Amino acid sequence: MSLLQLQGLSKQFGDTKIIRDVNLEIQPGEKHAIIGPNGAGKSTLFHLISGRYHVSSGSILFKGSPIHNRSPFEITRLGLARSFQVTNIFPLLSVFENVRCALLWSMGYRYSFWHLLGKARALNTRTEELLEEIGLHARRNLPAGELAYAEQRALELGIAIASGAEMILLDEPVAGMSHTEATNAVALIRKVTAGKTLIMVEHDMNIVFDLADRISVLVYGEIIASDVPSKIRGNPRVQEAYLGEVVPGGSDA
Amino acid sequence: MFEVMIFATLNGLVTGLLLFMLASGLTLIFSMMGVLNFAHASFYMLGAYFAYSISLYLGFWPALIVAPVLVGVLGGLIERYGLRRVHKSGHVAELIFTFGLAFLIEEAVQFFWGRATKDYRSPDILDFPLFTLFGQNFPAYKAFMIFISIAIFIALYFVLTRTRIGIIIQAAITHPHTVANLGHNVPLIFMAVFGVGTGLAGLAGVIAGPVLTTFPGMAMVLGSIVFVIVVIGGLGSLAGALVASLLIGLLQSYAIASDLGMPDLLNWLGVSFERDHPLNDIWRLTLPQIAPILPYLLLVLVLIFRPSGLFGKRES
Amino acid sequence: MFKFAIWIIFAIVIVLLPQFFSSLLSVSILNQMAIAIVFALSYNMLLGQGGMLSFGHAVYFGLGGFMAVHALLGIEDGNYSFSVTLIPLVGGLFGLLAALFIGSFSTHKAGTVFAMISLGVGELIAASSLILVSFFGGEAGVSGDRTYGPTFFGYDFAQDLQVYYLAAAWMFIATLAMYLFTQTPAGRMANAVRDNPERAEFIGYSARRVRLISFVMAGFFAGIAGGLFAVNYEILTEQNLNAVTSGNVLLMAYIGGLGFFIGPMVGAVVLTLVNSVLSHYTTLWMLYLGIMFVLTVMFLPSGLTGFLMMHRTPWHLGKIRLLIKPYIVTAIPGAVFALSLVAMVEMAHTSEAEFVFLGASFNSSGPMSWGVLVAIALASFIALRRSLPQLREAWAQANAIETGDQP
Repeated sequence: MSLLQLQGLSKQFGDTKIIRDVNLEIQPGEKHAIIGPNGAGKSTLFHLISGRYHVSSGSILFKGSPIHNRSPFEITRLGLARSFQVTNIFPLLSVFENVRCALLWSMGYRYSFWHLLGKARALNTRTEELLEEIGLHARRNLPAGELAYAEQRALELGIAIASGAEMILLDEPVAGMSHTEATNAVALIRKVTAGKTLIMVEHDMNIVFDLADRISVLVYGEIIASDVPSKIRGNPRVQEAYLGEVVPGGSDA
Repeated sequence: MFEVMIFATLNGLVTGLLLFMLASGLTLIFSMMGVLNFAHASFYMLGAYFAYSISLYLGFWPALIVAPVLVGVLGGLIERYGLRRVHKSGHVAELIFTFGLAFLIEEAVQFFWGRATKDYRSPDILDFPLFTLFGQNFPAYKAFMIFISIAIFIALYFVLTRTRIGIIIQAAITHPHTVANLGHNVPLIFMAVFGVGTGLAGLAGVIAGPVLTTFPGMAMVLGSIVFVIVVIGGLGSLAGALVASLLIGLLQSYAIASDLGMPDLLNWLGVSFERDHPLNDIWRLTLPQIAPILPYLLLVLVLIFRPSGLFGKRES
Repeated sequence: MFKFAIWIIFAIVIVLLPQFFSSLLSVSILNQMAIAIVFALSYNMLLGQGGMLSFGHAVYFGLGGFMAVHALLGIEDGNYSFSVTLIPLVGGLFGLLAALFIGSFSTHKAGTVFAMISLGVGELIAASSLILVSFFGGEAGVSGDRTYGPTFFGYDFAQDLQVYYLAAAWMFIATLAMYLFTQTPAGRMANAVRDNPERAEFIGYSARRVRLISFVMAGFFAGIAGGLFAVNYEILTEQNLNAVTSGNVLLMAYIGGLGFFIGPMVGAVVLTLVNSVLSHYTTLWMLYLGIMFVLTVMFLPSGLTGFLMMHRTPWHLGKIRLLIKPYIVTAIPGAVFALSLVAMVEMAHTSEAEFVFLGASFNSSGPMSWGVLVAIALASFIALRRSLPQLREAWAQANAIETGDQP
């Protein structure tokens, strides 16, 4: 059974249709990339799935049950986490606290005001491990707002994966990074999303073709193709949509 | 009953328009700068006090012009040397700054003019009943207040819709972030908007001082009601501010004029309570009694059922 | 271990304080401080930790206090019997209930909307309190008597000193509880929601629920402070829940420093002290308070505690001594300038012909005395301006990490 199903999904702001009748199924364990020109509606699609926006019509099923128009926190609790294109962290809290907060709900602390964080050994151990994993252990006591850009992106990813969600949505995880930073970030993404279901929006085609098992191409709010990378590369409609731009993966094909 | 209604409507109109003169400036400032000027009513109070002092030497008419200008200049200076400094610490700091300013202005007014009520009077030339209806007088000065308020709104409307600066301000209301990118001197516009907004509040003070009495607490009395208005109308909406101002002005005026109360309601429902019932205070409430709390009651209701206000789109 | 030691020292200090300040006036000031500390800390649960700017926090203080007075009256009438030591808890629980009700619709949003609702609710309840006479007692308020009911190990709380120990004990417990709250998941998420409510929702938390919890806790502790007020003063009036009291607690928390747990405590102590000392010397103390507040917002946005904490880096670098001389060089003309302004303000305000200020005598209407004061003010202002560059330089030096110094 598919983990995530989008059925006839549409979203419009006023008269402007941003997402038009999108149908998509994501299988458990799949690494799925969504590509498309600027303004195609990729981020909007993420906002719909993660509950930031309400849908205009259609439905979104996660593990078979509808999640559209539910609050972000309800969707997150079901096991669907996401990162943001524009870094979205807790700037005044330390790096350590950022990660620890992201772990709280999944470790069952809910809204507790009768547990002391300092005494929550399992929680703190897990936080340290995660910091190690995302390479920010040395920076643990710094306010997150003072991290360098690439470090903030790593923290962004860490917050997204902390809850141990089965499905992770990454919105342009390496945007704005230097080549070396991006390479490190990709290795990190590969490591932390092992065994999980991943949907990512990304512009860097090398990374897309490197990471994804399947690719969907979104143009003007419609999915014009959804297939394995090798078939996407040769798809004439995709090439047409990208006319004038670099043919996806063309340079290193 | 009919004559009561007419006078209540007229008085409500006077209050409502006066409130709008404050609320419009507050809304403009909020729309442009994202800061709710807590000290707005304090500038209204300064307007009344400045006008009082000027009128002692030059009479009412020069004061009508000079006092608002002085208040506006003071407002502009406070924006330039105070608020702008705090701006970098965020909106909460700005709100707290204007809160401190309100506190400070009230103390400063007491320092310069004392605690007692000032004998600030309307000019003799307007001291006659404009018309008499069912044996009740309607003072010419109140008609003058209505006239001034409406004239100001027409001027404001003209400036906002027909002039370059007005268009920029309008653009800033709907698209606050883009204006700066268009290369306009935003700090200067901020200072001007703050000056004009506080000047409008000052003008409201000049014309309201003789009617609503000029005393150090006058800012407190009106201040929180003006906030209620901009929130009920929807933060940043001029149309909302106008509707809410008139609504509150009329509502309070009708409530004060009516002689209805809970006893009437209970009679009508056929319910009666013993005299020493614990909730006796509630069963005996009358509308004039609760008139002062009506705006706040309305605020809470609006915020529960329509959190962004009647005409609000943007949220803070 | 270190933190534990701080709490022990704190406890010892509050137990010993009346030994050093034993006059009736000082004990009454100490009582005020204890109440103010609890109230200001409860306020900071909203603003400093939760990012909710409230203009109506006195509502929970006042409602708790009124309920506490009614509890005192109930004890007096023999309706029930329990120790006066538990009265603050009555206030706290009533504050909690009120906050639960009001918070259920006011915590949707933080920011300006929350601030305006808190203002509206504050005004609504303050105005209603004058109408609902049977509970609030109208203009006169409600008064009780704390000496009825069973004694507490022989203490009947007739004396202010006994009340001090009661207030201090509650203050200690409340402070500890509020500190521990900051160390819990709900307390930490309050910070997270303050920083970024949207992201908090994407890690599984309802921002609104997190705010509500902080709000209710703040209401509870404000109610405890109100209950302490009821025990100490035995009377509550509309003043205790109106905008002035709400403004005062904002002042305390802000001047003390919102960003630190101890900040509001510092603010409460300093302002209580300043209020009682200044009001003793001048009728214009509210004016000075207003100026102090506005200057703090402009120049010390992180408050007194924040100012002290700024010196952590120079301290750790062992360079704090670099700052001593520049501080003195700036502080002297600064103080002279401030004092000369105060002297002019006071002289303008006095109705006496002879105006005495710090031992110096002036003719309050003479142009000579004005001339002297203006000259002093100008000279000290110029000296102050001149001293600033060297202070800035020293500050930069004291904070500079020399290359090779870095670990």
